[in-house]
Parts: sequence; structure tokens; C-alpha cells
Amino acid sequence: MKNIDSKIPAPHPFMANTAADSFKEMLRVAEVGDIEELFEQIPDEHRYIGDWEFPEALTSEVSLYRHVSGILKKNISCEDYLNFLGAGCWQHYVPAICDEMVTRTEFLTSVWGTPSSDHGRNQVWFEFASQIGELVGMEFVGLPLYSFGTAGGHAIRMASRMNSRHQVLVPSSLDPERLAVMKTYCGYPELNGFIEIILVDVDPISGRLDLRDLESKLSGEVTAVYFDNPNYLGVIETDAKAICDLAHKFGSEVIVGVDPISLGVLASPAEYGADIVVGTTQPLGVHMNCGGGVGGFIATRDEERYAREYPTLQVSLTETVEPGEMAFALTLFEQSSYGSREDGNDWTGNSVYLWAVANATYMSLMGPSGFKSIGHTILERSHYAALKIAEIPNLTVPWGTGFFKEFVVNFDSTELKVSEINARLLKLGIFGGKDLSKDFPDLGQSALYSVTEVHTQQDLDTLVKALEEVTK
Amino acid sequence: MIKSRIRKYHAPVWDEPLVMQLGAAGRQGVAMPITEAAISEVVGDPQNLIPPSMRRKSKLDLPELSEFEVQRHYLHLSQQILGMMQISLFGTCTMKYNPRVNEKIVYQPYVAEINPHQNPQTLQGSLEIVSRFDHLLRQLSGLDKFVFQAGGGADAAYTQACITRAYHASRGELSQRNEIITTSQAHPCNPATAAAAGFKVITLPLEEDGYPSIDALKAVLSSRTAALMVNNPDDIGIYNPNIREWVKLVHEAGGLCFYDHANFNGVMTRIRAADLGFDACMYMLHKTFGGPKGGGGPAVGAYGCRKELIPFLPGPLIEKSEDGSYELREAGDLSIGRVREFWGNVPTVIRAYSWTRAMGIEGLRDAANISVLANNYMEKRILEIPGITKGLPELTKRRLEMTRYSLGDLTQETGVTTVDIQNRMTDYGVDAFWLSHEPWFIPEPFTPEAGELWSIEDLDYWIDILETVCTEARENPELVKSSPHNQSIHKLGGSNLNDPDNWATTWKAYKRKNEKVE
Repeated sequence: MKNIDSKIPAPHPFMANTAADSFKEMLRVAEVGDIEELFEQIPDEHRYIGDWEFPEALTSEVSLYRHVSGILKKNISCEDYLNFLGAGCWQHYVPAICDEMVTRTEFLTSVWGTPSSDHGRNQVWFEFASQIGELVGMEFVGLPLYSFGTAGGHAIRMASRMNSRHQVLVPSSLDPERLAVMKTYCGYPELNGFIEIILVDVDPISGRLDLRDLESKLSGEVTAVYFDNPNYLGVIETDAKAICDLAHKFGSEVIVGVDPISLGVLASPAEYGADIVVGTTQPLGVHMNCGGGVGGFIATRDEERYAREYPTLQVSLTETVEPGEMAFALTLFEQSSYGSREDGNDWTGNSVYLWAVANATYMSLMGPSGFKSIGHTILERSHYAALKIAEIPNLTVPWGTGFFKEFVVNFDSTELKVSEINARLLKLGIFGGKDLSKDFPDLGQSALYSVTEVHTQQDLDTLVKALEEVTK
Repeated sequence: MIKSRIRKYHAPVWDEPLVMQLGAAGRQGVAMPITEAAISEVVGDPQNLIPPSMRRKSKLDLPELSEFEVQRHYLHLSQQILGMMQISLFGTCTMKYNPRVNEKIVYQPYVAEINPHQNPQTLQGSLEIVSRFDHLLRQLSGLDKFVFQAGGGADAAYTQACITRAYHASRGELSQRNEIITTSQAHPCNPATAAAAGFKVITLPLEEDGYPSIDALKAVLSSRTAALMVNNPDDIGIYNPNIREWVKLVHEAGGLCFYDHANFNGVMTRIRAADLGFDACMYMLHKTFGGPKGGGGPAVGAYGCRKELIPFLPGPLIEKSEDGSYELREAGDLSIGRVREFWGNVPTVIRAYSWTRAMGIEGLRDAANISVLANNYMEKRILEIPGITKGLPELTKRRLEMTRYSLGDLTQETGVTTVDIQNRMTDYGVDAFWLSHEPWFIPEPFTPEAGELWSIEDLDYWIDILETVCTEARENPELVKSSPHNQSIHKLGGSNLNDPDNWATTWKAYKRKNEKVE
């Protein structure tokens, strides 16, 4: 318990003007006798005058570091244990240069300067948008959004503003975490702008969208069909073009969600007919950060009807007064909430712009050959794991071909719950796949396994052996 | 009167091409691990693992650079950012020191290489920090629980709009309560998120006291009122002394009250949201609590509320179990669900906890005192510069951590605008000041925020640069209007970027629209 009434500050390394002479000089020039005079606007009865139960200040960096890192070391990381969790936040290798860039003080501490004083950062943003656009096959790309799910939510709202329709079809296999975000964005029936989310069945045999169910639910009321490729369960939608064609027949927009790390080997959504592409940016050079690494994007054709509905900020390449000199400046600012408050498109604010620096660096490192080879590496390793796991007695992999990075393992025949299996794996130093039993009861006791370029054959063999052991 | 020696400055000029223009065919910046023979044997050609209809056919036109070339390119770009390399008094954003030790901590694998789906037993460190920080914020606000899912201040405002929706829906009153009230001085995210959540927005204009009157509020309150969303103090340093009465009136009308604490820095340890009657508030951890801006996130809008609203919070919620360990519990049926995936930008919550512990409660009080004192110190000097006036000068009480000024007189005299002054100041290595959110009700506004970081010499230097540039505006207006001259690039050309023929958010679009290029 302590009461704070100090008038003169104690020296502190973060505050230059705690130095007594600096503080007194400011008081003198500002003509302040007692510091409380400065708070004359605040009525006495508004002020808190009670005690505080605050821990002692850790002004010394060594004490602070030991305290904070000491607590955090209780975590067990995916470098300590062998990890097969993905499900919206994936373990990919982050090249050292990506970390170098996002920890540079220039990138880390910048705020909103002018087009000249922020030139370097704006160029990175443009390079982020350009490279994302290239991967997904679109020419108009906004600055990043908070996450894949929020990008999806905004994209659905863009579609609804464009065609004034109020139903969206999404696959029943959608990531429940993202579906919850999209539901939030689609609003309430009692209020303006409500969009009804209708689930479309997934064919249990193929793991892909059920086209007959899709067709039966399409109508002139449907603003958009949303689907992921690959879907949440890892399955590649081979009928993507048919889905797009069907939706277009009803005048609906098609929104496709992607994991861009797959796009060196998978067809771009533009190739099969997507109108709006959204996706995650976390796999592109950002650590999982316990989910704090997530980020999203929206991309479309460079057509005015789409561009005018973006809720984001976006930078455009332009020129300066000096002939031939490149510059970057905001375009379509007026349609943002900064420009038009409640009359703007949804809202924008701080986002995950620093991750765009990591993303741009990552995509530049990869290039066309890097994206192709990481795609192949992930395909090879994840298929190897799936094949080996399918050989374990009582374990099945329902969709063992035609997937990317993630696949479902079913444990029904073991008569064990996934939670029990994962608890046993944990004791062996393994984070087993994401338990799907609660969110997808139709899949029984199933888990979603994620295998990426970080896993060696030895890691995968270790997993297979452990699964054999714990399900015996 | 200029106090300092004006130092020479020029920004780095690398004339750096786009990364898409660099490199050469066949170069690569990364190599993948070699696929083990046993894997190849089992799976065969990876290309055959992709269903034929879904194989990529188009070639990717991405840059091809060596690892070093990529590093050098982005280092060049980093050097062409002014940011906090010198003095940045960007108002409303509370520029403060982002302790480097926090970067050291959050890039350790035990923070960075963590999957959010991991068994909570393996997340005890992160859960403990988040929970401890929740408890510190409870003290600072008097509220009962904080969550960190919102990815920024605007996202926290959206959280409020969603909770408002769920709260009234749970009482069966939502179709009737469809209005959210805010003020013209509230940050645009308040009306914008309210509208995006489906509400009708009522914006109260400022009146002569510098805030809307109680009568104006009373006139819009009704059985349609869902909530009030408001900042206090506002961005011009004015504190609404009637705020308790406002909250009382809104509650009597059946609405919720949300305190957007974007401007918390000057009042921390003096004002607590709960004491004023608010149901909920928001703190920006990337501003007030020492987290880095990152050029616009990853950020955290910490959202806290009274216990009556806890059932509506987005999940999952961190709770301490009987054995002392921390758990993640899914929220109940009344919860708004999610505003974003997972439980927040955990590294920034860690940074904020660390910063707050480094400050202690006395440090927070000192920071508030210094930031308000520094603003008042600056005000004395800035108002001595001819051509600059104070926004709402008739309000003579001391402003809190910000004061909004007007360059209107200087503009009338010289034609030089606040944007020109902003540009010219960067020629001296001082990054942009903040102008004003919409709506602008003060001509040619600018809003510096001193905060507790910058030394008195820094503040003097900043003011000296401002004064130098104002003098230049009189003596050589063209010099200022055509600025910057010492920056990485020159002033923007006049291209209308709202014209579809001109805008280009990607290199491919630019090339298509400007075929003469390449």
C-alpha cells in the first residue's frame, strides 16, 4: 500500500526531465509554483486519492530483465518441444534478416511522418502490397489488417456494400476462430448492415465443399461465397473454378482465403475466378508470438468498384516534383474512417504494419524459386507424415491426398480421446495436433496436424513412433 | 527567441529502386532443407501431390536477389525513415521510449515460438504476465477485468460497440437502442466502429466551454440511447469537468458509457475510469504503456470493464485456478465471441507489463506530471512565435498533455500552410507533428505532444526549428512551400491519387498504367 504525493520526480532512465534542474527550469518558464496547478481543469471530486497496491518499481534493467524473463521462462516453446500445432498460426522458419528488420529502431518506432520522412517505410509497404498482389494474382492491395479473420469480415462487408445483398455462404469447415470473428463483423439482425452467415456442407468423403449444397443455397440474396484454399482442414479445393462459376451465375462475389506460402505451387485465386482475395500474413516471416503474429490482407482486381470499398489505408506509387523520382502517398484516404468518420468504409486504425516489413523482406528472400521450393518441401514432408501416420494401427487420415501443410488424423478406433493422446504426447515432448473434437463433432476424435519446412524426417519419425506408443 | 545552435542535417539518399527492380534471374535469397531420400522415396515427385487443376500455371514475377542484396535493400529503406531518430512530438500518439530490453525479451523463443493452441500448462509464463498486467490496469482504472484481444485502440472501440450490441440484445432492447452518442472531439474510431457495428451515430459539437453542453447531451438522450463513447481530455488538452454528470445521465437513459483513454498519459494515477462512473475503458499499450508503434501496429487496445460486463467479453479469458496455475477459459453464451483471432498481441502486453514495472506507481505519476508540465512549458515558448495562436484561446485554464495550435495567422500572412511547415521541419531532422483529426475546427492546426521522454533541450530544439521555419515562411515562403530539400525525396508531385488512372497500389498496376516504364 502506498500513497504518492511526490512533487519532484526521482531520476529515471526513461525520463530526462526527472533531473532536478530540468524539472525546475520547466516549472519556472511555465510559471508553475505547485505541480497541482497544472491539473486545475480536473475537479477535486474526480481525482483518485486512495492508496495503490503496486509492486516496487524495477528501475534497474538487470532487475527488470531477470524478473520478466524469469516468469516467461516458465513457457515451453516450439523450440523446446516438437510442435505439430498450426490451425491459424503456423510454425515456419523466420529468416534472421526478417527479425533484423522488424527490430531496427527506425522501423520499430516510426509513427506517421510525411511522404518524405517516411519514404523508406512507405516503399516497404508498397513492396509488401506488390508482392502479395503477385502471389494472389491481383493488382489492388491494401495495407495489412489485424488478421486473416478480420480481413475476411471486412471483405464480406465490402461485397455487401457493393451489391446490397445480405447473405454470405461459407463452408462448414471454416476455422471456428475465424468464423467467430466474421460473425462479429456480420452484425446483428436488429441493427443496420446485418449479413446472415449460412454454412455450406463439406462432403465427408472428399473433405471439399459440397457443390450441390452450395447450389441449393445460392440465390439473388447472396452477397458472396467465401471459401478457403486450402481449407482449414488442409484440403485443397480442386473444384475452385466450379465454385466461382456457380457463385457468379447468381451474381455473387467470390471471396477466397489463402495461405500465401502455398502460392508458389498452388494456382492463384485469380486464375480460378476469385473476386476478392484475403489471407494470412503470419507465415511470411513472422513468429507465432502465441497468436500475436497474426495479420491479414485484402486484394482485388484494380477496378474502381472494389477499390472504393476498401476499409484500409493504401499507398500508391507516385512521383515527386523532381522528374523520375519515386514517391509513395496514401490513395483513397477520404473513404477511410480517418477521412470520413462514421461515413467511411467500416474503420481503420493501427494494424500490424510492422509485420508488413517482415513480410516484404521474407517475400524478397524467397522469390519465385523460394516459394516453389518451400511449397514442395511442405508438400513432401506433410505427405510423408500423413502416409506414415496412416500406417499406424487404428489411426486413419481421412483426406490423405490433395492437401497442403495440414491434415486430419482420426483416432476413433483407438477409443482414446484426442485430449488424452495429446496429454500423453506432451509427456514425450510433443505438441500433438489441434483437437477438433469439440468444434467438429462429426469428425469424431480427430486432430489437425501441421507439418512445415521446420520438420526433419527424424522429427516426423519421432512423431510416428510416439503416436504408435501412445495409442497402443 | 532561438536558444540552440541549429545543427546540419540531411537524410540519407539512396535513390533506392523497388525490390522488384533489383537482382537478376536465377538468384535466390533462401535455400530449403534438402529432402531426405526416405521422404522422396515415399512421396515421389512433389508436383504430383497437387491435384492437376490446382497447380500453379502462371510464373511468379517476384524479385530474385541474394540474401545480402535483400538485407542491404531493406537497410537502405530503414535509413530513409526519420521516425524517432531525432525528435518526434507526434500528438495523440504519446511518443515515448520503447525500452530495448523488451525487444530482447520478446524475441526469445519462449515468447516468439509459441503456438496459441498449446496446452495452457506450457504457457504459464505468458499467462502469468498477462494476468499480472490485467491486475495492474485494474488498479489504474478501478475496473474489474481487462482483455487484450483488440489489435489497437480502434479495435478496442469496436469491442465496445460489439459489447454494447450484445448487452442490449441480452435485455431484449437492441432493436430499440440503436444510437451511440459521441462528440466531435472523440477520435474518429469511436463513431466509425459504432456505425460498423450497426448503430446510428450522434455526434455532439463543441460549444464555447470547449466541450458539448449538458443540455446538448440531454437533448439527444432517449430510450434509443445504447452508449456513450468519449475521450477525456480530448486532443486539444481540454478536460470535460461535467463528465460524471454525463455518465450519470447516460446511465439513467439506459445506455453504457465507454471511456476512450487514448489521452491517458497526462491523467494517469489521477483519474480512474470507474471513479467517474464509466462501465468500460480502453488503454493503448503501444502508446501510453511504452510499446513501440511499429509504424502502425502490432498494437494492443487493452479493454477493461466492470464486472457486470464481464460475461460479454471476447474469449478466451485468463483465470487463475485453485492450484495457482493459470487457465484459458472459453467465454460463456453472452460473450461477443471474437473481435480477432486468439488472445492478443502477447509480445506487446509483455512489453507494457515490463514498462509499467520499470516505472512503478511513482514513475507513472512522475510521467504524468512531466508530460503536462512539458506541454505547458512548450506552450509558453510556442506562443511567443509570431503567427501562431492557441486553439480556443479564450479557455485559459492549463491544458493537459497536449495543446492544439493554429498557424492560421501565418498562413494568411505568407500563404505557407501547416503542411508546408511540417514538411520543412523534416529538413532539420524533426519528424512531422500531428495536425488534427477530422473535423478541423481550428484553421491550419498542429498538435505536438511533449510526453515524458524528451529532454528540455529536445523540446527547446523542436521549438527552435519551428521558429526558424516560421521565420523562413516570412522571408522566403517559396523555400518552405517547396520543401523538403534535405530529405530522402522531394515534395510530392501533384498527381491526383484518387483517380483510378493514377493510383497504383502494386508495381504491376503501375507498370500497366504507365507503359513507358520498362
